[in-house]
Amino acid sequence: MSWGLEDASVRFGSKLALDGVTLRVDPSTVGIVVGGDGAGKSTLLRALVGLVQLSGGVARRPVKNDIGYVPATAGLYVDLTVDENLAFSGGAYGVRGAELARRSAHLLERIGLTQARSRLGGQLSGGMQRKLAVGMALLHRPPLLVLDEPTTGVDPVSRAELWRLISGAAAEGTAVIAATTYVDEAHRASTVMLLEQGRPIAIGAPAEITASVPGALGVVRSTAQPEGLAWRWGAAWRVWAPSDDLPSGAERLEPDFEDAVMIAALSDQGAERGDAHAR
Amino acid sequence: MPTLAETRGATRRFGSFTAVDSVDVAVNSREVVGLLGANGAGKTTLIRMLLGLLRPSSGEVLLFDSSPSMATRRRLGYVPQTLGLYDDMTVRENWMFTSAAFSAARLPLPASIRDVSDDLVGRLPLGLQRRVAFAVAFSHQPELLVLDEPTSGVGPLSRARLWQDIRDSADRGTGVLVTTHNMEEAEQCDRLVVMASGQVVAHGTVADVIAGREIVQVRCASWQRAFEVLDAEGLIVQLQGEALRVPGSARPIQELLARHDLQASVSMEPANLEEAFVSIVTAGTSR
Repeated sequence: MSWGLEDASVRFGSKLALDGVTLRVDPSTVGIVVGGDGAGKSTLLRALVGLVQLSGGVARRPVKNDIGYVPATAGLYVDLTVDENLAFSGGAYGVRGAELARRSAHLLERIGLTQARSRLGGQLSGGMQRKLAVGMALLHRPPLLVLDEPTTGVDPVSRAELWRLISGAAAEGTAVIAATTYVDEAHRASTVMLLEQGRPIAIGAPAEITASVPGALGVVRSTAQPEGLAWRWGAAWRVWAPSDDLPSGAERLEPDFEDAVMIAALSDQGAERGDAHAR
Repeated sequence: MPTLAETRGATRRFGSFTAVDSVDVAVNSREVVGLLGANGAGKTTLIRMLLGLLRPSSGEVLLFDSSPSMATRRRLGYVPQTLGLYDDMTVRENWMFTSAAFSAARLPLPASIRDVSDDLVGRLPLGLQRRVAFAVAFSHQPELLVLDEPTSGVGPLSRARLWQDIRDSADRGTGVLVTTHNMEEAEQCDRLVVMASGQVVAHGTVADVIAGREIVQVRCASWQRAFEVLDAEGLIVQLQGEALRVPGSARPIQELLARHDLQASVSMEPANLEEAFVSIVTAGTSR
């Protein structure tokens, strides 16, 4: 069973928060939506799980009890202990008694919180809170797991542990879709969607997105801004020539995924402005 | 390049706990230095010592060749992750308030935020709020800037503009210290300092920090089964598309998979910065 959105749009008053998004979420895969603040990531995920209504298009999702959803903030109760949080979440999804005990013990061991069972949610570090929230969403073995920025503000060690937990669910057959603002997390996905102002500006496997960058990319080692579509990268500049003509002094460079993201954003901006050169 | 901030054997204890343990770091004019570390590594304590908010228990902290004080405070700018702006004041009011607090000369509002000068800060998108926070921090022309995750949470175009602001400032002579969990930000820095358990455990360029470390990459017809086998061994296995990346060496991993009747192509690949970081900080500590 595959879920997802087809040509989905969401309007808040006069603002089009999601503009014709099509995305498939398949079992045993991890999909990642990458975008900045206000790009529409949360709206996309909320539209998928049914928390906001579509103004156009279709959302295909399983019944509510088959979804695990972790919002960008919270996802757990700060005044309940770790155990109480799990029991509460289990109760909401009909996981009780021996099954709750077994499943909780397994997940707590995986997220390294076995020793913290009686601590209050609010006393956990940010990384631990996120791990517990994802663990709570996995308690009832949902076929669809939807995670809004599960790793934002989490240090790289906890991030690796979180992704191990999330990928483990995918290995067991769960369809996973997660949002992130960290571009470098995209390489964890089988399918990535780059979202900007509610619109997908690129979609595919990270390697496909990188390989399909049009034109030429160059590096210019100077502090002065080169001609053309250029952005600062470290102490040097990157310059992108949609028509393959790099400015003189630019050294040709194979784009990596981060370059591809920047180029997709620049092309999108050019298309928005009706700039024929950048299209 | 003149050294703006420097610690020599800086140590800070809280009771019996040593938060920062004999740390030597330096930030020079015109460079962007990235400070990395897991939570509890001692980054915040180190920054607080550099800002003059905490005294070292032993060792030395030098800011512009003297001990941190109110006089040195005027010469540095700090942008916390929470930005430190007044949401219910306009951009111009925030700017004027900070310039006045630093008794800085009245400078014109920078071009980067002039278009939104009369907007309330709280109403702006995050990318613009960050640009305002930078502009405000730059308003008294600090010689040293300390920035906490300066470009996190914004889209690619905003991120590029923020880095341009940071680099423009460095090109004018400012030294910049960036603390971050974000590997994209780390890769933009000229030099990195990696902390774990209060100590500097790696430093240098991205390549110096990675130091030729490798990671085992596993490709298998059923990545799901391979994942379960490696995961059950307690390995920090990471999914990358349909490949698996796991610390260790190729042969034992190959043998482990073979014992579970899994045919896999197992190779050693160069580690990325995040993988190297996790390997460095988990090597000496038990979490």
